[in-house]
Amino acid sequence: MSLIYPRESLAAHPANASPAYGSTVKRAPSKPLILLPHTLSETTGPVFGHAAVAAGDCDLTRQHVGEPLGERIIVSGRVLDEDGRPVPHTLIEIWQANAGGRYVHVRDQHPAPLDPNFTGAGRALTDAEGRYRFVTVKPGAYPWRNHHNAWRPAHIHFSLFGPSFLSRVITQMYFPGDPLFKYDPIFQSITDAQVRERLVSRFDLATTEPEWALGYQFDIVLRGRNATPVEEPHEH
Amino acid sequence: MSTDPQTAEAPLGITPSQTIGPFFAYALTPCAYGGSELATGTVAAEGVAGERIRIAGTVYDGDGAPVGDAMLETWQADAQGRYNAVGNAGFTGFGRVETTVEGAFQIETIRPGPVAAPDGTMQAPHLSLSVFARGILTRLTTRIYFEGEAANAADPVLALVPADRRHTLIATREADGSFRFDIHLQGQDETVFFAA
Repeated sequence: MSLIYPRESLAAHPANASPAYGSTVKRAPSKPLILLPHTLSETTGPVFGHAAVAAGDCDLTRQHVGEPLGERIIVSGRVLDEDGRPVPHTLIEIWQANAGGRYVHVRDQHPAPLDPNFTGAGRALTDAEGRYRFVTVKPGAYPWRNHHNAWRPAHIHFSLFGPSFLSRVITQMYFPGDPLFKYDPIFQSITDAQVRERLVSRFDLATTEPEWALGYQFDIVLRGRNATPVEEPHEH
Repeated sequence: MSTDPQTAEAPLGITPSQTIGPFFAYALTPCAYGGSELATGTVAAEGVAGERIRIAGTVYDGDGAPVGDAMLETWQADAQGRYNAVGNAGFTGFGRVETTVEGAFQIETIRPGPVAAPDGTMQAPHLSLSVFARGILTRLTTRIYFEGEAANAADPVLALVPADRRHTLIATREADGSFRFDIHLQGQDETVFFAA
């Protein structure tokens, strides 16, 4: 099946020049982007199979001797294309802070404790129906220096490839009802409220496991539509 | 949500991008953390057919300061101009590196062959490049072409770029035979980025 990648869809992405997020000021290109035709260089992309994912990569609570602190959660969902078709066997990489809001990264200076039982990195391949499932702990909010008293809402970073260079995306998943949303210039860099909502996971009782973990659903839609045009109904 | 494309009245809205942030390394380029790397700056293993090349450079911000927390991904054809060729052991065409604190990066690969363009002409040898970093909300995409490549003159993508900016897409040959490709996010020599 051959995919096309309508450019209109790109409007969902935040503008790189979003000065409320201070790091963009010196890093967002100032000159206009040049429209790139979709050649083989764009419509192909790397393919990752089971060799890229080790057993246990999708369970971030079992990567160490003991169990991490925090609220155990299941994050699952489907990866779809713009026609709603599943994107099967595609790689998802995630990373996140621990329950205290601290990243393992050497340059994270937030004085919250590291958790010796939590790294916060995971990988999974979607199944034939585009489904994925991670087990982790809910990340904590954390302060950053963008402006006075700035805090990031709790989030999990997601990196996806999809079928081509054009479907590649890195994003962040948030949790429903976070009171920090309205103060966060990264979340608010997406100016359309309905588009922003696509990054907010949904609490789902059916995803929870009784006596064990809360559950959130997060569906991801990647660029790509069927190249076969849909017959439009004719007016008579 | 319809899963039948024949009845889908409007496409689903895509999931918008967000910044990679500064703390991705332990997941995406985790060598220093003891993790297994999905890909590295070595795109072609020893023995892969083609001319071995090294592309090195530095990523700079609008102040000319090095960007020490960027992730770069490269995607390229093999020496025969094929993507995802079967049986091409030691070569996936995909590279991924984190810049050093000095903003530097290095890719070891083979020079790609020319690739067909949609109109049947040929594109000059090039790598596709994505730039992710703190302060970049939506992936930046560009291309790396090669100095001294005769096919550049007829490349249909380079032809879309204003002549006075084309040099920002062309890796220059160094005295030691390697190629240099610096990335300027802003400024006088701002790299050409594409909307794909």
